[in-house]
Amino acid sequence: MDVTTGWYLVLGALLFVIGGTGLLIRRNPLVMLMCVELMLNGVNLSLVAFAQRLDDIGGQTVVFFVLVVAAAEVVVGLGLVVAILRRRPGTTADDLSTLRG
Amino acid sequence: MVELVWLIPTLPLLGFLILLATGHLLGEPRAGWIATAFAGASFLATFIVLVGLLGKDSHGGGRSYEFVLFEWLPAGSLKVEAGFLVDPLSITMALFVTGVGALIHLYSIGYMHGDEKYSKFFLYLNLFLFSMLMLVFGNNLVVTFLGWEGVGACSYFLISFWHQRESAATAGKKAFVTNRVGDWGFMIATFAIWSALGTVTYTEISNSPAMSAATGTAVSLLLFVAAAGKSAQLPLYVWLPDAMEGPTPVSAMVHAATMVTSGVYLLVRMNNVLTDDALLVIAVIGATTALFAALCAVAQHDIKRVLAYSTVSQLGYMFLAIGSGAYVAAIFHVITHAFFKALLFLGSGSVIHGMHDEQDMRKMGALRIAMPITAATFIVGWLAIAGVPPFAGFWSKDEILLAAWEQKNIGPLLWVVGLVTALLTAYYMSRQVILVFFGDQRWDDDVHPHESSWTMTTPLCVLAVAAAAGGAINLPLVKDWLVLEHFLEPIFHHPHHFSSGTGTKIALAVISVAAGLIGISVAVLTWMKHRIPTDRLEPEFLENAMYVDASYARVVGGPGTSGFQKTADFDRRIVDGGVNGVGRAIMKLGQLIQPTQSGYMRNYAVAVALGALAILVLLAWGLLS
Repeated sequence: MDVTTGWYLVLGALLFVIGGTGLLIRRNPLVMLMCVELMLNGVNLSLVAFAQRLDDIGGQTVVFFVLVVAAAEVVVGLGLVVAILRRRPGTTADDLSTLRG
Repeated sequence: MVELVWLIPTLPLLGFLILLATGHLLGEPRAGWIATAFAGASFLATFIVLVGLLGKDSHGGGRSYEFVLFEWLPAGSLKVEAGFLVDPLSITMALFVTGVGALIHLYSIGYMHGDEKYSKFFLYLNLFLFSMLMLVFGNNLVVTFLGWEGVGACSYFLISFWHQRESAATAGKKAFVTNRVGDWGFMIATFAIWSALGTVTYTEISNSPAMSAATGTAVSLLLFVAAAGKSAQLPLYVWLPDAMEGPTPVSAMVHAATMVTSGVYLLVRMNNVLTDDALLVIAVIGATTALFAALCAVAQHDIKRVLAYSTVSQLGYMFLAIGSGAYVAAIFHVITHAFFKALLFLGSGSVIHGMHDEQDMRKMGALRIAMPITAATFIVGWLAIAGVPPFAGFWSKDEILLAAWEQKNIGPLLWVVGLVTALLTAYYMSRQVILVFFGDQRWDDDVHPHESSWTMTTPLCVLAVAAAAGGAINLPLVKDWLVLEHFLEPIFHHPHHFSSGTGTKIALAVISVAAGLIGISVAVLTWMKHRIPTDRLEPEFLENAMYVDASYARVVGGPGTSGFQKTADFDRRIVDGGVNGVGRAIMKLGQLIQPTQSGYMRNYAVAVALGALAILVLLAWGLLS
């Protein structure tokens, strides 16, 4: 059975949907961060697949940018999450609602 | 040496700053001595600059120097510099401002003895001196306006210095509010000059081509409104008699010798802008004020109120001189008036001090025995203001009367008004001298009048010499003796020359001296010899200053107040209502969409997801159709 581009795209879409669903239904901030990573990598996979298929280096270049930005985002996000959890252990995302209008 | 001009205003400013920082630590009498030292140093600096200026060639504007410190307000084509203008006029003003000012500082050391706000008083005096010097030395209308407002503010602080007294607080407010009317004239005149000539600098204004007749007259009259406010002319004089609520040295310095002459200074400085029509108005109002205030002074019982009305009257003389085109005569009278009126005020302060704060002349009398120095100096001041030769007042008043006589349109009429005023002046001043220093003792036995300390009598003696000999700076008849006139001449485009022959001059002088002597004799007959009954000489109508003040109070308090109330209502309902309405509407809108900001991250995530979905749907729609 040939592994065509379509397989990669389906896998990317699945990763994206799993990540998105997790982000919406989970309350643990650490897990939510992981879900965001899943979504990003789902998109990355699609980009690489298209780059291979269309023989265009542009897709892979974008992936590098996404990786760098994701790394930066994780640094800040993890820092915040660890700081919050250290202050108030067992905090869920719903407890962090001080920005209510 | 002319470059040292920056020192003149800086020294009092320095004194002000030192007293501001450490005044309460210094206390009495060190605070007073420091303030006096800075005022005296300022006088010395002025003298040095004068010597420097005299060393320069007087021809072709050689004695006019501008020192620009920095560009103050660069706004488009409007460029206002913070700069000083040193020329004969400003240095003449500065000389007597700092000279008389320093003497009054010295006097205050004794007068304010024991006051709990001792150092604060000297702080205000130094700040006043600084503002006055900025007014005089400013090289453009805006810097002058800065000083103008500064002296106004200091005047307010000093009138209401004893603010625990209701009357003092009210008098301060009255002076401030009345002066705002004049300040309005000043500002509008400045704007008008800038839009007509494109500059507010004095030297450029005087070199500019003349404005159109209508603009020129409007500007002149607006400047006169400003001058009338500050220099207490009809109809804005009402604040000056009330200003006597302040301590007496303040009355002498701010409200007799220096600040009130700034209106005269402004008009002389702007002399080439004033049109003939405006000059006529100025002359008429000046003469009317002189007569009006002299009539009011006749019936006053408060020793300081007599002098206050007298000041208004003498300021009227100065405006009469300006209106007649005799600017030098106006400045001459400013100077001699500063000498003898400061002397008279300080003398009255000495009397009040010695009488333990009694100001009613009906409770004085025969004080010459208890207070010989005060009495002797006061008498010199009296002779000077009454126009008895050879005292200073005679020379300057005579020059003004001559100028009025030669006024083109209604000269003789102005002269008659001036002459009657001179007679009244001699009368009411003699009445005051007799009531205070001669006649029977009318004070209670528990009052023990005493001569004041040397810090108070020294300024009196110095000023008495100046009031006696001050006329020497501008003696008529011999051309070389007109020192002041030759000194000031370069600042005028059209110097004023008296056209009358020597015979007319002498005849007019004799008549005015005769008028003065008649006034004195009537007073002596009435108040000393009691040959004329006194009950009709002090009509209530005059004691209440012809009810001008009362009618102002009526109008402003009655229909005026309801008008102001309506304006305030309009402001609150319509103007404020509109602004607040917009604010409230936006707040309502905000409350409407507030619930979307729940603070729950999942809600925001759903919003982002739905948004992304919407974009996808739109894209798909675009691709399919």
